[in-house]
Amino acid sequence: MNEIVFFINKGITSGLIIGSIYALGAIGVTLIFGILRFAHFAHGDMMTLGAFVTLILTAALASLGIVLPLPLAFIAMFPAMAITACLAIGLDRVFYKPLRQAGARPVVLVMASVGVTLMLQGLIRLFAGVRSRDMFIEAPKEIFRIPFPGASRPLIITEPQVLLIVFTFVAVIVLHWFLTRSRLGKAMRAVSDNPELARITGINTNHVVWATWIIGGALACAAGTLLSMDVTLKPDLSFNILLPIFAATIVGGIGQPYGAIAGGFLVGFSETLAVFNWAILLRPIKDHLWFEVPANLALVPTQYKLMVPFLILIIVLIYRPTGIFKGRVL
Amino acid sequence: MSTIIDVRGVTKRFGGFYAVDECTLSIQKGSITGLIGPNGAGKTTLFNMVAGTHVPTSGQILLDGEDVTGLPAHELFNRGLLRTFQIAHEFSHMTVTENLMMVPEKQSGENLTSAWFQAGRVSREEAEVRRKAEEVMEFLKITHVKNELAGNLSGGQKKLLELGRTMMVDAKVVLLDEIAAGVNRTLLNDLVANIERLNSELGYTFFVIEHDMDMIARLCDPVIVMAAGTVMTQGHIEEIQKNEAVIEAYFGGSPTGNATIETDSTAAQEDQQ
Repeated sequence: MNEIVFFINKGITSGLIIGSIYALGAIGVTLIFGILRFAHFAHGDMMTLGAFVTLILTAALASLGIVLPLPLAFIAMFPAMAITACLAIGLDRVFYKPLRQAGARPVVLVMASVGVTLMLQGLIRLFAGVRSRDMFIEAPKEIFRIPFPGASRPLIITEPQVLLIVFTFVAVIVLHWFLTRSRLGKAMRAVSDNPELARITGINTNHVVWATWIIGGALACAAGTLLSMDVTLKPDLSFNILLPIFAATIVGGIGQPYGAIAGGFLVGFSETLAVFNWAILLRPIKDHLWFEVPANLALVPTQYKLMVPFLILIIVLIYRPTGIFKGRVL
Repeated sequence: MSTIIDVRGVTKRFGGFYAVDECTLSIQKGSITGLIGPNGAGKTTLFNMVAGTHVPTSGQILLDGEDVTGLPAHELFNRGLLRTFQIAHEFSHMTVTENLMMVPEKQSGENLTSAWFQAGRVSREEAEVRRKAEEVMEFLKITHVKNELAGNLSGGQKKLLELGRTMMVDAKVVLLDEIAAGVNRTLLNDLVANIERLNSELGYTFFVIEHDMDMIARLCDPVIVMAAGTVMTQGHIEEIQKNEAVIEAYFGGSPTGNATIETDSTAAQEDQQ
């Protein structure tokens, strides 16, 4: 039974965690693509930026001596999401909007977002340095050990991981409600479906664009914060997961929020399961197998983890060229 | 009758080419005015300028006495001038009802702040718009597809949806861009009947570009003929069909001199190629 516990801890839980992070990031990327029609490369750094905003607020709360039942960083994340959303709108105002109004082609906006990426990375390093930081200022993170029937080892899940999974679940439901029920959400879908018709029928494009940045920015902040709560906060943290996020976006069908969620989990799970040592699961039945179980039976070595999303991407695109959910519109 | 659209000496130049050259015409309130002419006569360019898609190089366009030259399409929409598209536009991933409900402008639910803080007003408005959409679907007899995704509709139903969109606001003028293109005969009858009803019951003015001469003959009076970027003549369809100059323009002169404009749809289809 210990083997199954190990599998749940190292395979299922990790997949769920990294999948949630990818999903939260990919929703933003896909919404921005659907509405504004460009691949937003600065999204990874918007996540880092959000995490740093959270860190600052957390430090402020901690220095006030506030103690709450939940980790301070999680509480601070909500105002930080609002701040990051405003920063995202600000970035749009300063860098992307003038380009859009000048009628720039999407590739120009993509290049601009690469520029914004470099700028944000520089700014974050300038003010925060390059060392890694712990988001748990006031108390160490709590680790839950849940006994598993018939096993000597417990299931292990940390507090930020629980919060991350719950948060993603709630965020997905709220997003679904927003896009299908609310007027503004429907307007967003309309703009992504047929921008020309949307403009002619007088949908307020400005508000749609703001809503896009608010959702994208807030979720980026949440993903960055929760990821750095799970590990530590480094300036290049989110930039490293930008490529898997893009892979998740494309796998899910670009412009499709539900696709982004599915793509995020698909990429997350395949990454963790690809580096998982399957030999452990085979060990209890090794006497019945016709071959010798090697010590390490991972599908790919850990160093090549980053390759997995792209393998998934290629496989999915061969069989479903528009992604899991047919892409291009919300 | 008063004039609702007044095009005064409008010119559109693309580089050195005059697509529309000093064109002057007027459309009477409450009429169904047709616009015909051979390919390259500048019909579509003129139409696009009236609809706000192109800005005229020179000249003036008046809507109900107000200068609307060069106003963008959504401004004209606010003033009650709507257009349909030759290839029907729709929000293909939304239902027919949702499509219609997107139309009315300045809905408070689309506003970021009121969407959250004035939920009561938003939902009252929403109910209002929904009722209106139901009425429109009833009028056009498309209630049976109200929960269908617009992308799954047939070509003709999409055109009805385009008409429905114009009914969601109180349109003064509706520009129809080849509404018969790609619609089967039965649905075409529905379309014509609906256009006539909108015209007689709700007082809509229609300005129609059409290649299908049958359609023009059934629907439009007067008919304006364009050739080489300017208005050649205008009048009742029967006069037009007998007009030598018009026949000349359409067929580049006929040696026997007894050709008439075909009212056969095959000619119209060839024309579109």
